[in-house]
Parts: sequence; structure tokens; C-alpha cells
Amino acid sequence: MKYLLLIHHGETPTPGSEEWEQLSEDEQKAVYADYQAINQTPGVTPGLWLQPPELATTVRVDDGKTLTTDGPFVAVKEALGGYLVFEADDLDAAIELASRVPAARMGGAVEVRPIVEQ
Amino acid sequence: MTLERIFRDEWGRVLAGLIGFLGDFDLAEEAAQEAFAIAAERWPRDGTPANPRAWLMTTARNRAVDRIRRDRTLAAKTRLLDAPQTTEDEVDETTFQDERLELIFTCCHPALELDAQVALTLRTLGGLRTDEIARAFLVPEATMTKRLVRARRKIKAAGIPFRVPPEHLLPDRLAAVLAVVYLIFNEGYGGRGDLAAEAIRLGRALAELMPDEPEVHGLLALMLVNDARREARFADGTLVLLRDQDRSLWDLDQIAEGRVALDRALALGGRGPYVVQAAIASLHADDPQDWPQLAALYGELARLTGSAVVELNRAAAIAEAGDPEAALALTESLDLDRYHYLHATRAELLRRLNRLDDARSAYERALELVHSDAERHFLERRLAELES
Repeated sequence: MKYLLLIHHGETPTPGSEEWEQLSEDEQKAVYADYQAINQTPGVTPGLWLQPPELATTVRVDDGKTLTTDGPFVAVKEALGGYLVFEADDLDAAIELASRVPAARMGGAVEVRPIVEQ
Repeated sequence: MTLERIFRDEWGRVLAGLIGFLGDFDLAEEAAQEAFAIAAERWPRDGTPANPRAWLMTTARNRAVDRIRRDRTLAAKTRLLDAPQTTEDEVDETTFQDERLELIFTCCHPALELDAQVALTLRTLGGLRTDEIARAFLVPEATMTKRLVRARRKIKAAGIPFRVPPEHLLPDRLAAVLAVVYLIFNEGYGGRGDLAAEAIRLGRALAELMPDEPEVHGLLALMLVNDARREARFADGTLVLLRDQDRSLWDLDQIAEGRVALDRALALGGRGPYVVQAAIASLHADDPQDWPQLAALYGELARLTGSAVVELNRAAAIAEAGDPEAALALTESLDLDRYHYLHATRAELLRRLNRLDDARSAYERALELVHSDAERHFLERRLAELES
């Protein structure tokens, strides 16, 4: 089974923010180390990190006319921060990996979505 | 044994075995249904086979294999196929492993919403029909059908495993299974007795399948002892308090059976929430009740669960043990203003302390919040007694 793990930052401090600076150096290091360990887990294909949702532009087409709005499709708090692909035996394995993602314990959440088998 | 009885008893095991064999819920359920339908037609005519379970399992397996052979795309997705056709005479009980435990852990997987866990457990292990489950939970049959379809689809598409969870996941996952069974029981305890009986059946099966888990025996004991008092809990549609219950209506054999399960749980070192609740239920069945001991056990349970409702029960036990002042003081600290039992308990305590005006307003507050008619009648009667 293949899963897409969608990482939602929610309240999670991201590097560069004020809240991030308030973390101790050890805490910051632990976050980097955890993400690195996850990316090196067998079965994981690391994804790309996204710029913050404030920088998003949302596009809709209505009656052939392109409409753009400033910001993400969902609320900023709910917006996607990053993702990865995980090939695993079953959902339990994917849930275990998701629970190791730092954002999941720092005020965000990880959504585990099975990928359609071709 | 009647056919219906055999079907109810065998459905869970046959279906679990088929899911294990086929690796597919839908296919397994179709095959099981087909086999049961054939049995319903043939057995009354030709006689019930010596080993009904093996007959059902083999027939269902062969039907499923036939179907897969006919449908190549299906074949690519299922585990088996090289399996040879077997005949009913070649197999005995031991040919098929009991995979009900795998099945219940799949049905109670936390990735499914609680309503779906409950419905799926009743459908697959309990063998209840969708319309029966819908009626029990007071939802339209179409809603229940949708809930079950969605749950089965998620199990398959999201890769929820069919297995007993590994050691490090087991405590949490077992707690989820027990919570589902207890929820089914409590739905039944509120009046729909079939569900209570179904929950006890599931509890017995779990105790047989996980003989070394104290909480499993604790839950079974709790359900048996509480259910044994069912006939005495209501009289003419009014709730009857434990101390006023007609004990001749209690099922003493069932209480004894519950106590055996409790002893087993305690012997296994069980001190978890179900074991403590079972111990409390067992003490409540004594006459006279050991209230200081009950207060201590409620304290233990409150510590385990952090529940204010349990603290409220502790207050009631403290009052019965002879200290209504302390009990009342304890109720002051509980954040349960929307809970009618808080006000009902306070009303009883205030009455005992002869603070009749305060008691009256507490009864009135409880009446504003109560939902069940039986409990409303009870409170109204108490309030009327206060006035006279």
C-alpha cells in the first residue's frame, strides 16, 4: 500500500518565525533530526517543503474567467505545509510514521491518505 | 439446536475465517451469505451436517473460489487461488483457525469512527442484520447501510490490517475493542435488552480468545453482574434505585458467573478500570453493601479515569457510609452542572440533612435536565414526597 502523508502545520512553529526562535536550540535540533530520520525510513519518498500558506494564490475558473484570490484554499491554519509518500504494509505502519512527524505533536496534524493503486 | 441459533453462533467464526482466507471483506460476506442460504435450503431437507461449521466454511470457500475463477480481475487481487477445492467431509474443526480476534480488532480500528466500529462489530461478529442494527440504534436502515459500506470500503482502500495488533499497540487497541463492546452493552442496558445480550456474547467470546487479559474478564464480569439486575431496574416504567430493588428478580446464577469472571481478572493481577467497575458492581449486589469499601473503590476508579461522574458516585457511597456532610462537600467541587444526576444526588443529600428548600431546588434543577421518562417519574415522585 502507498500512502500520502499530508503535513499540516497548524500552530507548529516554523523556522524563521518568532515562535520558532523561542524554542531552545535542543528542541530545534530535535525537530530537524526527527524529519531527517523520517526521510531516511525505508519506504519513505520525501516530498518538498512548501512556503507558508500566506504566500499562496488560489485560482478558480468560473464561466471561462480565471479568478484569483490571495491566500490558500482552506484557512491558513489548515493549509498544507509539506508531504511525503510512504510505501508500507498497512495503515498501522503509516499511522506510526505519521505519529513521528514533529508537526503532529507541536500543534499541527498529519493526514494519512491512501494513494489509488494503478 | 434450531437453524437460526446455529447461524447466529457460527456467523462470526465463518466470516472471520473467510476474511482471513480471502483477504477481502465484501467477497467474504457474499460467500458466507451464499453458504448460509444454501444451508437454510438443504439442511431441513437433508438433515443438519455433523459439523455445521466446517460445512458452512467449506461451502463458502468453494463458492468464493468459483467466483474468483470466473472473474480474473478479482483473481489478481486476492491471496489464494491455488487452493484446491475441498469437500465437506474432508475437513474438521481444526482445519479452520478461529480468526474472530483478528476480525474484532479490524472492526474496532481507531481509524474508523466509533459509530462504524459498533455497527461493523455487530454485523460481522454478532451476525445481526443491517436492519436489526439500524433499529437498535434508532437510525434509518439506509443510513446504517451507508455506514457499513463506507467502513468496509475504508478497511480495504486504506489498508486497515486484519490481525491482532503487535504488543506495543495492544493496550490501546484492546481498550478500543472493550469500549465498543461496553457501548453496545450500555445501549442495551438503557432498555434494548437484545443489545445487552449481544454485548455479553461478544464479551464471552473475547474472554475465550484472550484468556490472559484481566480487563477482558473484568468487562465480562461487569456486564454479567449489571445485566443480572435488569428485571429489577424498572417497575411500571419508573427507575427503581438499587436499594429499593426486588432482589427476587435478580438473576443470581448470572451474578455468580460474573463473580467467577471477576475472580479470574483479579487473579491475573487486573486493576484496570473494568476490573474496578466489576468489583464495584459485585459489591453492590451484596446485602448489606460495604459502603466504605465501595467509596474506596470509587476513589480508585476516579484516579484511573479522572471522571467527575465517578467522583459523584464516590460522594453517594460516602453518604451511605454515614457521612452525608462530607458527601455534599465533595459534590460542591464537581464541574457537572449540566448533569442531572449531580442535582438528583445533591437533592437526596440535602433532604437527608433536612435542608428541604435546598433539596427542592436541586430536584427542580435535575428535572430541567433529565431526558428519560422513567427517571423523570422517579424525580417527580421524590419531589412530591418532599412536599408532603
